[in-house]
Amino acid sequence: MIAIVDYRAGNLTSVASALQHLGHRCVITDRADQICAADRVILPGVGAAGATMDNLRRLELDWVLRDRVIAAGKPFLGICIGIQILMDRSAEDDARCLGAVAGEVKRFPATVDGRPLKVPQIGWNKVHQVRPHPVFTGVPDHSHFYFVNSYYPVPADSSVVIATAEHGIVFCAALARGNLVATQFHLEKSGAAGLRVLDNFCRL
Amino acid sequence: MLCKRIIPCLDVRAGKVTKGIEFQDNVDVGDPVAMARAYYEQGADELVFYDITASNERRGIMIDVVRAVAREIFIPFSVGGGLRTLEDMRAVLLAGAEKVSIDSGAVRNPEIITQGARAFGSQCIVLSMQVKKTGARPQVPSGYEVVIDGGRLFTGKDAIAWAREGERLGAGELCINSIDRDGTNLGFELDLTGTISRAVSIPVIASGGAGTPEHLRQAFLEAGADAAIVASMVHYGRYPIPLIKRYLHEHGVEVRNGAGSE
Repeated sequence: MIAIVDYRAGNLTSVASALQHLGHRCVITDRADQICAADRVILPGVGAAGATMDNLRRLELDWVLRDRVIAAGKPFLGICIGIQILMDRSAEDDARCLGAVAGEVKRFPATVDGRPLKVPQIGWNKVHQVRPHPVFTGVPDHSHFYFVNSYYPVPADSSVVIATAEHGIVFCAALARGNLVATQFHLEKSGAAGLRVLDNFCRL
Repeated sequence: MLCKRIIPCLDVRAGKVTKGIEFQDNVDVGDPVAMARAYYEQGADELVFYDITASNERRGIMIDVVRAVAREIFIPFSVGGGLRTLEDMRAVLLAGAEKVSIDSGAVRNPEIITQGARAFGSQCIVLSMQVKKTGARPQVPSGYEVVIDGGRLFTGKDAIAWAREGERLGAGELCINSIDRDGTNLGFELDLTGTISRAVSIPVIASGGAGTPEHLRQAFLEAGADAAIVASMVHYGRYPIPLIKRYLHEHGVEVRNGAGSE
């Protein structure tokens, strides 16, 4: 059973639909016992870092995810805001985050080389796999994935970065460490490539 | 670098897809869920559904369509047509749509753009506008006027000014539909699209008039559009999406190489 963490954000049903389409059983839940009992945990969603962390703290799920799921080595997948809140801090709302991965979250610059950069980036961008990882099995390098983000993670240890993309600057698009995997792009909205990565995670 | 997006548009009336020629004489083309799945598998980058019935008793049918589509396709899609309140927006977003498209409702109540952006994020809010060339005059200096209620009511609003206003109010994207070109297959209104694209810093979707892959190339490379709506050129099978993408790729447009399925 896969637990999709319900922290009162949108987009949870899209991830559940994708998992069901792939034949994986899942439950959308905010209960610590269900999350701890699950084989895998997914934290998806769109939203602001501050509000996401506030909701996780209010539901007392922040420490559950950090200590009982991630530190305990349970397979964990963070999507979009789910990669950002793994870091120590986010420039968005100056939010203190989970601190499961050392690093910070920065905002895309307004201009690059004097030219305005569209922020948020909304759309399909090419993802470069900088390090081989089982979640990319069967996914060609430079495949396109769907992004919606104004901020991006900057892990302190660059060896956790498994994929990058470019939007004005080159940024970390996916990271992995042990059973922890996280993507800035939306796996549930990225067509066949996204479904393949999601399925690969479910088989890690 | 972001890809230029190809967005098939499905006009839905009472749960069925239609394609209007200048909003008149709508003919049934097919089942929205089956068409959505076909475009997803062909490699469409996004889909948009317009509920052209948009009366209250029909609303439930559209929500069912949205829910069914969300179960089967795994690319973003937006829903528009008759959305007036935050609750209207919330209903389609919860049913699985990625974005909402607001049009006449936003002209009547511009605050709804800001309220929607606050509640769901700017990336969810597409400000769509129907535009007709009515001639430059003091109130409409660009000569492009915003028209609402399915093309029936002229607002006296300048389209360029409304685009800027929409961005300021919090819209995440703009969809610019030329009524003069809609359903004609003569190509996008490039002057209108280009002028708005240069006037704002949010993504602009060109709409109305797509008849050939070359028309999309013009919208992307000449008018600076970030995405383009296609309807009859794909609905009747004249141009499968892979063929359009191959043409664009060969002509220097960055497009997504993947498709749906799995």
